[in-house]
Amino acid sequence: MIEKRPISNLIGHLMLIVGIIIVVFPIYYTFVASSLTSTEIVRPPMPLAPGGRLAENYGEALAGGVERVVGVSLERLLFNTFVVAIAIAVGKIVISFLSAFAIVFFRFPLRMAFFWMIFITLMLPVEVRILPTYKVIVDLGLIDTYAGLTLPLMASATATFLFRQFFLTVPGELVEAARIDNAGPFRFMRDILLPLSKTNIAALFVILFIYGWTQYLWPLLVTNDSRMNTIIIGLRKMVDFADASTPWNYVMVTAILAIIPPVVVVVLMQRWFVKGLVETEK
Amino acid sequence: MATITLKDVKKTYGGNVDAIRGVSLAIADGEFIVLVGPSGCGKSTLLRMIAGLESITSGEIAIGDRVVNRLEPAERDIAMVFQNYALYPHMTVRQNLAYGLKNRNTPKEEIERRIAKAAKSLEIDAFLDRKPRQLSGGQRQRVAMGRAIVREPVAFLFDEPLSNLDAKLRVQMRVEIKQLQRALGTTSVYVTHDQLEAMTLADRLVVLNGGRIEQVGTPIELYEKPETSFVATFIGSPSMNLLEIEGASSDWSAPPAFVNQPGTALLGIRPEDIGLADGSTDNDRFRARVRVGAVELVGAESYVHGSLTSGQPLVFRVAGRSRIGIDDELDVVARPESLHAFDAAGRRL
Amino acid sequence: MQRVVFPNKILPYILVAPQIVLTIVFFFWPASQALYQSVMRENPFGLKSGFVGLANFSAVLADGSYLNSLQVTVIFSVLTALLSMGLALLLATAADRVVRGQTFYRTLLIWPYAVAPAVAGMLWLFMFNPAMGTFAYILRRNGFYWDPLLNGNHAMVLIVVAAAWKQISYNFLFFVAGLQAIPKSLIEAAAIDGARGTRRFWTIVFPLLAPTTFFLLVVNTVYAFFDTFGIIHSVTGGGPAKATETLVYKVYNDGFVNLNLGSSAAQSVILMAIVVALTAFQFRFVERRVHYG
Repeated sequence: MIEKRPISNLIGHLMLIVGIIIVVFPIYYTFVASSLTSTEIVRPPMPLAPGGRLAENYGEALAGGVERVVGVSLERLLFNTFVVAIAIAVGKIVISFLSAFAIVFFRFPLRMAFFWMIFITLMLPVEVRILPTYKVIVDLGLIDTYAGLTLPLMASATATFLFRQFFLTVPGELVEAARIDNAGPFRFMRDILLPLSKTNIAALFVILFIYGWTQYLWPLLVTNDSRMNTIIIGLRKMVDFADASTPWNYVMVTAILAIIPPVVVVVLMQRWFVKGLVETEK
Repeated sequence: MATITLKDVKKTYGGNVDAIRGVSLAIADGEFIVLVGPSGCGKSTLLRMIAGLESITSGEIAIGDRVVNRLEPAERDIAMVFQNYALYPHMTVRQNLAYGLKNRNTPKEEIERRIAKAAKSLEIDAFLDRKPRQLSGGQRQRVAMGRAIVREPVAFLFDEPLSNLDAKLRVQMRVEIKQLQRALGTTSVYVTHDQLEAMTLADRLVVLNGGRIEQVGTPIELYEKPETSFVATFIGSPSMNLLEIEGASSDWSAPPAFVNQPGTALLGIRPEDIGLADGSTDNDRFRARVRVGAVELVGAESYVHGSLTSGQPLVFRVAGRSRIGIDDELDVVARPESLHAFDAAGRRL
Repeated sequence: MQRVVFPNKILPYILVAPQIVLTIVFFFWPASQALYQSVMRENPFGLKSGFVGLANFSAVLADGSYLNSLQVTVIFSVLTALLSMGLALLLATAADRVVRGQTFYRTLLIWPYAVAPAVAGMLWLFMFNPAMGTFAYILRRNGFYWDPLLNGNHAMVLIVVAAAWKQISYNFLFFVAGLQAIPKSLIEAAAIDGARGTRRFWTIVFPLLAPTTFFLLVVNTVYAFFDTFGIIHSVTGGGPAKATETLVYKVYNDGFVNLNLGSSAAQSVILMAIVVALTAFQFRFVERRVHYG
């Protein structure tokens, strides 16, 4: 190995510190703003150290402050977003795991047809078929429901492909050993495949949780009732630069609360997430 | 314990690729049968058909007096040791051993009793709570054996179980497998491409070629009386020399009983049956003059690779460290009892 | 080698059923509807629709505002990809240099990945909004007239920065993985051949990163095309004067705000064609990457 020279090492550290400042600063700025009064926020330059209103802002925002602005409580917004993110992540993992299991470990007519049907969905992101998909949701009466918010985002090819890739690396002899050990498809799935897929599932969970949490266009379309909004839609509705009465301190609190949960998930599950992310896309 | 009977078993892939072309075989209770042959001869396919991992195109397989053609592998009461061991990587050794028993609803105490017993006899008690990846190749091999033993099945099926081990360990495990099988008395079918492994393990050997049985017999029978030229060259190392009788030139001679017999096409002589000429002029011996091309010293003996003046290669053994040099010309002889004659189709005469 | 499988006949259908049902209901049916509507036009009363062939497409392609939004999308994508990938590559090489603390830096650098694009847009807007943003204030104080609400170029800069910021984490992780995959022996061989520092980077490391770079280029383009709707919707609303109206934003706007079904559907179909092209490109390249070993 080439020795890493001290100067090169130092330059590396400096570059990374600058990078971190760029990356973290907008979040820090918003956090600082969430500890100031509304008047302080709109009067530039804003101080760069946290102010004294931290507890009050968060307390008031949660205790009806946000509800008075957008007609839905902050807890409800957070709850909705959690439900959506978890439902999308869990639903997608279960659905993809099952279909990949079928495609890899069984031979049946239409197998390849199904495989290609799933594959093609890679090319149909929700953004390019918004109007007709929206119409399906309306026809099914799923506007303002959790099902409407999550189901269309659940069936996509990437998770199925990740599982398929992984299942293909499971040696055939393991399947045979299981069959001799009196393990049918369900036992094999539960006792062998599922434990072996643990890291893949953890990685997918992070990626899909983030995917669900950060949805924007879809929740914007299928929720009319503000009580079904996600926190990001709620935040967007609060932000109005033209309106002098915008409670900027609550906006900042909401923004921070919209950022923190997914960041915590990514940071805590970093090991699986990084591995999973780099592998999913291969 | 059970017999295994195969009746005209056939396997065809995709409608036209014949992997097994009609195999009939009766395996006695407690017998150690080795299926041996070159790669692609169908030996693994045949084993997997007995296991129930491959379907049977036609014919019948019976374990004991039960026809098992349509039974699931788990219903056949067999255990299998795989080439890559196929241990469940996320389970400890103990869990690996217990899994098949649990799935059959064996009582807990019974599972533990069997694991303890198998672990002791295989000397794997020390790693029962380790995961397979923490074990060496040899240890994994033992665990794979253990998984088969705890099941107390009517038959063991081995699919080249030693081919992933290094040479030294292979010899050791070979001996252990044989001892274990003797002790348990369980009917065993063992697949290998290594003829030495086959010879040392088998009660009876089944030599397969192109999806057909070439010969079935004890190792000695196969060695001493190969029924076909294929078996003759496959069993024994180095291979038997085969000389073409058609157009034989004057660079070698053999007793008229062999050479002049109608239909004789090939004359076979094992390298270990050929010796240097000792000056006797007995006419009923095989004689030849050889030019030495290479000498391989393998320890207590050497193999000389030479060629006759017509260019036909001939290998023979000399005891000890010989002084034979490259390009030496030597006279060699072989006794008539040690000669094998085959017809044009390779059948023994 | 043939896959080892279970012999069940009915079970696999039950296992694939959930995904196939969702796929048909929410993918194939809507996509076919988009195709159907793209060749239909409703009469002004919205009562009857008639087949108009490719009229919607030719109308869309002849529309100045559509061509404008195509141009906006391309500029936006190229700038976002370049900025984000450039910064990420710089940070990844820096992470490759340091002896200790890689995990610490990585932990902080992956934050933006978890931030929703719409929120990312708002964060930058908080800082650069002319009315209240501290940075807008600083720019003004230094004599720079900055107003993303009135100046199209400023608006573009703002959404590019927000979009690129959000994507740094992703690009960083892939570049780090790419750098780690380069065999150390190659770097050593280059060192023995006398290549040092920047020279070694541009002649050895960068070419070996080419597969990663190509891959990220495709991913970033797809991201800029489709996943940045939230940024644009929350920061500029496509304005000022359509200066930041991307293709996806326009599909949304024409379909949901202007209620022009035929045109929106035709635009959807064109977008699908773009995705197909990008995916095909990516797969061709992924196949090539397999040959690299």
